[in-house]
Parts: sequence; C-alpha cells; structure tokens
Amino acid sequence: MDKGTRLELEARAKDIRKLTIEEIGNLGVGHIGGAMSVVELLALLYFHRMRIDPARPGMEDRDWLVLSKGHAGPALYTTLALRGFFPLEWLATLNKGGTRLPSHCDRNRTPGIDMTTGSLGQGFSAAVGIALAHAMDGRDARTYAIIGDGESDEGQVWEAAMFAGNRRLSRLIAFTDYNKQQLDGFTAEVADLEDLEAKWRAFRWNVLRVDGHDIAALDAAIGAAYAQDAMPTMIVMDTVKGKGCFFAEGLPANHNMSYTSEQAREAVARLGD
Amino acid sequence: MESKEMRAAYAETLVELAGKDPNIVVLEADLMRATGTDVFRKVYPDRFFNVGIAEANLVGVAAGLSAAGKTPFAATFACFASRRAFDQFFLSANYARLNVKLVGTDPGVTAAYNGGTHMPFEDLALMRTIPGLRIVEPSDPVSCAAFVREAAGLYGCVYLRMPRKAVPTLYPEGERFEFGKAKLLREGRDVCFVALGSLMVNESMMAAKVLAAEGVEASVLDVLSLKPLDAEAVLGQARRTGAVVSAENHQIAGALGSAVAELLAEARFGGGFARVGIRDEFGEVGTQDYLAERFGLTAGHLAAAARSLLSA
Repeated sequence: MDKGTRLELEARAKDIRKLTIEEIGNLGVGHIGGAMSVVELLALLYFHRMRIDPARPGMEDRDWLVLSKGHAGPALYTTLALRGFFPLEWLATLNKGGTRLPSHCDRNRTPGIDMTTGSLGQGFSAAVGIALAHAMDGRDARTYAIIGDGESDEGQVWEAAMFAGNRRLSRLIAFTDYNKQQLDGFTAEVADLEDLEAKWRAFRWNVLRVDGHDIAALDAAIGAAYAQDAMPTMIVMDTVKGKGCFFAEGLPANHNMSYTSEQAREAVARLGD
Repeated sequence: MESKEMRAAYAETLVELAGKDPNIVVLEADLMRATGTDVFRKVYPDRFFNVGIAEANLVGVAAGLSAAGKTPFAATFACFASRRAFDQFFLSANYARLNVKLVGTDPGVTAAYNGGTHMPFEDLALMRTIPGLRIVEPSDPVSCAAFVREAAGLYGCVYLRMPRKAVPTLYPEGERFEFGKAKLLREGRDVCFVALGSLMVNESMMAAKVLAAEGVEASVLDVLSLKPLDAEAVLGQARRTGAVVSAENHQIAGALGSAVAELLAEARFGGGFARVGIRDEFGEVGTQDYLAERFGLTAGHLAAAARSLLSA
C-alpha cells in the first residue's frame, strides 16, 4: 500500500472513530469497546478493498460483509454513512424508537447491512452460507466476516469453521477482533483462546496474524488471502478494546458503557483533526 | 389402503422441484440416510450439502444461502430442528426475514426406538411462537409432496413436521393443498376431531368408525396447517357439531390443543372441548404402537374423549 492511500485510510478511520463516539454518545450508552477495535478494518474494507456501490446496496456480484459480532453495529453504521449508503444524520437516531440503526445489525433495516446478527456465532455460519452460494454460482464476489474473540467461545463458530475449511471456501475472508476482552473480563481469564492461530489452522484455514490497527499490515494480509485459492482465510487481528477512546481504552469493563456528552466531546477532541 | 414413506415423498419432490428451479438446495446434518435425501444428492450432488452433526450450523448456513438467493431445504430430527437449532432458526432465518424451509422428522411417538431423548413433544409449541412462521404437518405422502411444493413456491420460512416412515395415503394424486387450509375428511353432526399429522388423523378416522357403530357421527378435520390455522374450518365444525376434540402427537400445551382452545374461547364457543395429546410428560422408548397407547393417542382414547363430551 502506498503512503498516500495509507494516510487517506487512516484519516477515514479517525473519522469513523470520532463519529462512532458521538453516535453512541448521543444516546449515552452503548457497545463502545468492541466498536473502537474494528475501526481500521472497516475503513480499509469499505474505502479500499470491497467491491460495493452505495447507490446499489444489493448490487449483483458485490462483495458481502457479515459483522457477526453484531454489537459493533454502530461502527459499521458510521462507515456506511461516510461511504454514502445513507445520510450521516441517521447516526443520531441510533437505538431510538423507530430508528433504522438498531444496536445489532439488521439486514432489513439498514442499507448496506448484508446479514442480521447479534446472537453470537450465528453470523459466521451465515457468512459461510453466503460464500457457499457465491461459489456455487461461480461468482467472484468475496465474503468478509468479522467475529469477536469472545464470540469465539461459541461452538457454532467452530461448526462453521470446520464446514468452510472442508469446503475450501477460499473467497471467504474472516477476521477475529482479538482485543483480549469480553463482557465479563479478559478472555484469558474467562475462556482462554490460545493458541488461536493453531486452532484455525487445524480447521484447514489459511491463518495470518497482524496488528489490527495497522492499516498497511491489514491490507497486506488481505492481499495474501487473495493470493491463494486453496482455503478460507482467517486474519487474527491483535487489537485494543476501546482503542482511541480515552475513557474506554484499557478499561476492564468497556464492553457496554455509559458516558456523558462531555466525555464524548473530549474523546473526539483528543483524536485531533 | 396404500401407503408410502414420507421421506420418499419429501426427497422425490425436492428432485422434481430442483429440475425446475436452479436455486433449490438441500442441507443435511448427517441424517441423509434417515431423511431420504441421498436420492437428491445422487441427482444434484452440487446442490446438496452435508454439514455434519452440527444443527446450529445447518440452519445458519441455510440462512446464508438464502440471503444470497438460494431456497434451502434443511432436514433433521424434529427434536434437533426445534430444541437444538431454535435460536438459529428464530434469528438467522425468521427474524432476518429469510427463506429457509426446515423439516423436522420423527415427531412425537414416531421417534419410537430412539426414545425419550429424541422424542419431540414440544417442537410445535416452540415453533408456534415465531412470528409469521408457517407450520405444517402433512397427514400423508400426497399432502407432504404438495406442501413441499407450496413451501418452495412462496418466500418465507416454513417448518414442516413429518414422520419419515411409511404412512397410509389419504388423498388422491393431484389434490390441492395450501397453507392455512384444513381438509374435512369425514363429516358428522355430533362431534368433530380436529387432528394434526398422519398418526392422529388416521386414529381419528378409526375413532369415527367406532363411534358410528354406536350411533355417534363424528367429523374429522385434517388440520395440516397449524399456523396459520384454518379458523373458519375449525369454528364451522365446532358450531355444527357442538363438540370438539383436538388430537395431536405432541404435548397439549402450546400447539394444536392450545391454538384451538384460544380460537374457541375468543369466539365464545360454548360447546364441549377436549384435548387429546401428551399431558406434561417426557417421551420414552418403545414401539410406536406401545407409545401411542402409553401416551393416550389411540382411536380408543379419542373415542372415549368424544363420548365423555357427549355425555356431559
């Protein structure tokens, strides 16, 4: 990735981060931690890698994305709004009655949302089904799936992993947002996932591990996924829960938290222009 | 009376439909040899997916296939289709407004030798709580094939409950069926059996014959579509006969007995009403005949329920 592209995408990521802090802050409570940790990935996918058309969210042969950790919906909504799928004004309606932006992703409510998710593990199976349909039809569309590290406690993730590995769904590219935290605490203490890479390899996936906040490294990993057609790819992203949001980052209980509009303003200000 | 395996009706119809519609796909969770879809796999190997013993993923992958334009039919034992994959079917398929056809085989006492662990007396009650879901229990191979065609022809989720083994044929080839429509198999003036599924419809027909010998004329309404329920047909029979016996191979709470009770009460039906089905018990192992007797699902039990209403 050239420097200009990287700088542009980093600026996008910063915009997504700021708007998401405001979006949740507007309501005063929400899943801030796990939204902040996928921001760089969303910027890279929606502003660089994915074949999509905001004017035609259902475009034939588009790339699909399933945010299986559906509680990070607010970060994806911000991304979609910035990309032009719907007006930025919608962000202020998050989780309010009648909104088109519910806490967890809903394919019937929000333009650009490809699958309804929220009950963890389920979106990942659906992503496998979507990739399977594309493979059956000989479409060259790619299917992206984002799962959480806490979500990886779900047995369904591994049912789907085994099936996708057996089926050699090489146009399926998945990411684990490995921010080392889940609702009740650190994953190492609640349900330790290590050795996560070895687990995915054992399920016949092409496994890469990168810093999930390093856009160039993430992009290189996606390029490596494209370069092979033997296996689905799992990119384990080392991330920080609450990344870039000063009052959430590093906090043990930052999964779903309340904050004031003052805190939101300060967090946005600290991110700079 | 002619009979045919329900699974043969299911699988043959899928092959027929797949010939016309390239989007039909079939999924299994290591029960293809039980549900009969190996027939489909032989004809359409590229449209058949065995996910292994993983029912959550079975339904999840079906939902994903549907999101990308396929029409998936997924089958497993009814106990797993409901109890084990309920959240997946509820959320990934129904809440997401997708087009997943889920088939639950071996309902109620038809699970026989697999015993109580595999004996769903609650699958319909669970499924009935899902908004907008169409629920059907065909009563013979002809209605089974017809509802598979109906399910394929409409957009939306369906739960189809069926025994997989041979059952008597009740309808002529070419008979028309639709969701929300019951079939009156026998008309009488004294009492009406409102029956769901092959076992209970056939037992109700036998009970009607037993009662006829006693001078009691019973109607038999083959419900077929539990949801939407044919309210007009049920209420019509209730008002005509004045006495209703619901009959289901399922617990009496939450499914047919409850649906009919709700309907009759809200319509201010003042006649007799009894529910035949399993009464707050778990299943157990045995032959189907033994279990039908053990859980009170026979013609004898149905006739006794009718007599009791008429003598009250």
